[in-house]
Amino acid sequence: MVRIDFNRLRFLVIDDNAHMRRILRTLLHGFGAREVYEAEDGAAGLEAFTHYIPDIIITDWAMPIFDGLELAQMIRQPGANANPYVAIIMLTGHSEKKRVTAARDAGVTEFLAKPISAKGLYQRIVNVVANPRPFIKTKTYFGPDRRRNVNASYVGTERRKGGKADLIRQTALLEKVRAPG
Amino acid sequence: MAPQKNTAAIATYGDHEVIKPENKLRKYVSDTPFVPGEDDPVARAEAALAELSGEFGSMMDEECDRLDKERRAVLKQGFTKATTEKLFHAAHDIKGQAATFGYPAVASAADSLCRLIEYTPDATRIPSRLVDQHVDAVRAIYREYTRSDAQNLAGILSARLREVTDEFLIHENRNRPDILEQITGGPSIVPE
Repeated sequence: MVRIDFNRLRFLVIDDNAHMRRILRTLLHGFGAREVYEAEDGAAGLEAFTHYIPDIIITDWAMPIFDGLELAQMIRQPGANANPYVAIIMLTGHSEKKRVTAARDAGVTEFLAKPISAKGLYQRIVNVVANPRPFIKTKTYFGPDRRRNVNASYVGTERRKGGKADLIRQTALLEKVRAPG
Repeated sequence: MAPQKNTAAIATYGDHEVIKPENKLRKYVSDTPFVPGEDDPVARAEAALAELSGEFGSMMDEECDRLDKERRAVLKQGFTKATTEKLFHAAHDIKGQAATFGYPAVASAADSLCRLIEYTPDATRIPSRLVDQHVDAVRAIYREYTRSDAQNLAGILSARLREVTDEFLIHENRNRPDILEQITGGPSIVPE
């Protein structure tokens, strides 16, 4: 297990449910965190983000004023705020594929489905602290690289164009079948 | 608080940039492995949550009362945008928190209510009786949780609610194949 100096990390918890904020605060303090700030909706969360400059944001999806998805999109604006690269962990009861994809496309770093567990939260925090992914900027996206793994068996066209990306070779399925061994 | 300046290595390609921001958090990671008997942060957090667990019953009471209140608002005012959203959020919060509070068997009935609201294209067509049955089931499962057969009954009740809900949803979405796929689709793709 990776050891993290939690007492030097600054967290911002954004959730409209007071019980869930309390549970998260309890877990984070349990890990050893000292600085845990809270906000109860997306607007207050954005203001707190600007004010406290947290290292890690843990946000709910469904919230009044604007939701966690909109919040992530507002934060992932290069040049618009102090830290567009901030780690965003989305904690939500929504776990359907379309929701996870939407969160990913909004620039969320990690996704954690409720019910929450200390282990699950710890793992997500370790991921964002110890193994951050590079950011990708295109005309339509700015956020953590959505390709978490290199899939050696991927067959299809390379959608990223230019430079090194063009050099990625995809073996056609037919060639694979014909390949010896 | 004064913002710290970000530095990042940027590689530009044809239609995208790959940016490697300076990892300011890396310095908080220690490579020294945990030794047996050492204070485990996950165990510590679980113990802290266990200390809080004495309050979970009253938290669950509040969530169930909230669900009942939003159900009454729907029955009184109908399915407006506001009443529908509030009912959905109340059910959604129970779905997400019930297991943490120690009542995992309550979550399924709440989840079924969430599906009923989320996937019905015109909420005004939702039978109020079906809403009542869901809300009453959530509250009853929670209220009777200490019964020895509570888990079993909760499973039967939730499965039946889900069955009736799915029948209704399939009918209401009969001309929306993409939604039908979601209703009858696979399990969550989120890792544990």
